Amino acid sequence: MSAWLTQHSAALAAAFRRLLAAPMSTLLSLLVIGIALTLPAFGYVLLDNLRELGSRASGVKQISVFLELGASRKEVAEIESRLRQASGLTWRFVPREEALKRLQQTEEMAEIVASLPRNPLPDAFIVEPADTEPAALEAISKELAGWPKVAHVQLDSAWVKRFDAFLRLGRLALAMLAGLFAAGLVAVTFNTIRLQVMARAAEIEVARMIGATDAFIRRPFYYFGALQGALGGLLAAGIVLGGLHLLAGPVGELAALYGAAFALKAPTAIGAAVLAAGGALLGWLGAQLSVSLSLRKFD
Amino acid sequence: MIVASNLTKRYPGGYEAVRDVSFEISAGQMVLVSGHSGAGKTTLVKLIASIERPTSGSLVVNGQNLSALRRSAIPYVRRHFGMIFQDQKLLFDRSALDNVLLPLQIAGLSRRDAIRRAQAALDKVGLLAREKANPIALSGGEQQRLAIARAVVNRPTVLLADEPTANLDSDSAGDILELFADFHRVGVTVVVATHDQSWIERCHPNVLRLDHGRLL
Repeated sequence: MSAWLTQHSAALAAAFRRLLAAPMSTLLSLLVIGIALTLPAFGYVLLDNLRELGSRASGVKQISVFLELGASRKEVAEIESRLRQASGLTWRFVPREEALKRLQQTEEMAEIVASLPRNPLPDAFIVEPADTEPAALEAISKELAGWPKVAHVQLDSAWVKRFDAFLRLGRLALAMLAGLFAAGLVAVTFNTIRLQVMARAAEIEVARMIGATDAFIRRPFYYFGALQGALGGLLAAGIVLGGLHLLAGPVGELAALYGAAFALKAPTAIGAAVLAAGGALLGWLGAQLSVSLSLRKFD
Repeated sequence: MIVASNLTKRYPGGYEAVRDVSFEISAGQMVLVSGHSGAGKTTLVKLIASIERPTSGSLVVNGQNLSALRRSAIPYVRRHFGMIFQDQKLLFDRSALDNVLLPLQIAGLSRRDAIRRAQAALDKVGLLAREKANPIALSGGEQQRLAIARAVVNRPTVLLADEPTANLDSDSAGDILELFADFHRVGVTVVVATHDQSWIERCHPNVLRLDHGRLL
């Protein structure tokens, strides 16, 4: 166990030394990896913010349940009881009087409402399901429409579907972009490691002849690839944070112009760690491919 | 104990460097492998060190049949040998001490223990004062002694050397021979491939003479 630990810590130290031995080349590689990871990471953060903004928009993912005009208090209480029993729903009752009052407060409608002989509005419930997937919303709407004394159920499903389709398209484009840049990262690491193997050909040859296992020879290269990827990931997280910091002011001003308060959500420490881990994994993969191919000539 | 039976090594293309060779070397013995250039000395040493694999025949070292080894077991077997190459194969991007440390790092020794043992090996070959020197700054004799220090630092049971004095003057060659004799005296099996006549006369009759791959 201690020999295993000694060899791993020595390989890790060797990987650090190799990174520090050529600072300029290391810096350039880290920049390439950092930028390659920044683009999908930034895209992810923007999509996440967009999703948040969309879900906060008024009326989105709410279901309006309008009752029949003649629904009695008892029948309203019956609907309330059914909503209470249903799981994953929050709801609010809007009595027809309150609805009329709101309509009267609307500048363009005040005159029309005043001319009406009686209140034409029904009692209503505003229902917000926990599951906001379009399919789930549609299913809930259909179920609510079947309840007694429910005259009409309104879900702006077209808007929800369009927004969801846009998000799905964004996620797909992001996945493709991430795949492309991941391949780029693997290629960068592959090439860096290939050059290192060439530069260390004498050492590898001697080490093999005096009893080094494949694992002993490969280990420092794996650590190097993983370290380079992890540092690139952290750099990407830093760039994303910096970018969001620069955008925060203008986005806040824009939101204020629309009468809303919205602040961009920055990635958390866990997000940065995931980015670093992803970079490390891709770096390790690049190193693994490179070492496997490059070491064949020593067999 | 090294026992070779009908050992043959044929390279791709059909060239047979070692043909049907059989011999026994007892534990703790010092044996020279002699012959002209191309006689098969280097190949025989590499076969014993399991750097090359036999085409046919068997080679048993310390009870282990090297011909039947799995590829993954070869590195561990190599660690039982101390190997000194004709061109020394020193690493010129690091100090003398770091060259000697390499086999100990492969064996997984802690840095502190490894340094202690590497310094002891350098002291044995008279190079402790030059531990920080780069091998390029050492003379030919010193480089060969450094290669010996690297070969013995893991306390091998068998010391193998391929033409260790080929590029040395007679004084340096004498020093190297003395070192091998010292290791032989403490029980290490020593096998040296050489065409140096003074060595051959001194070690007679423990000489394996090769000619065109065959044992004479």
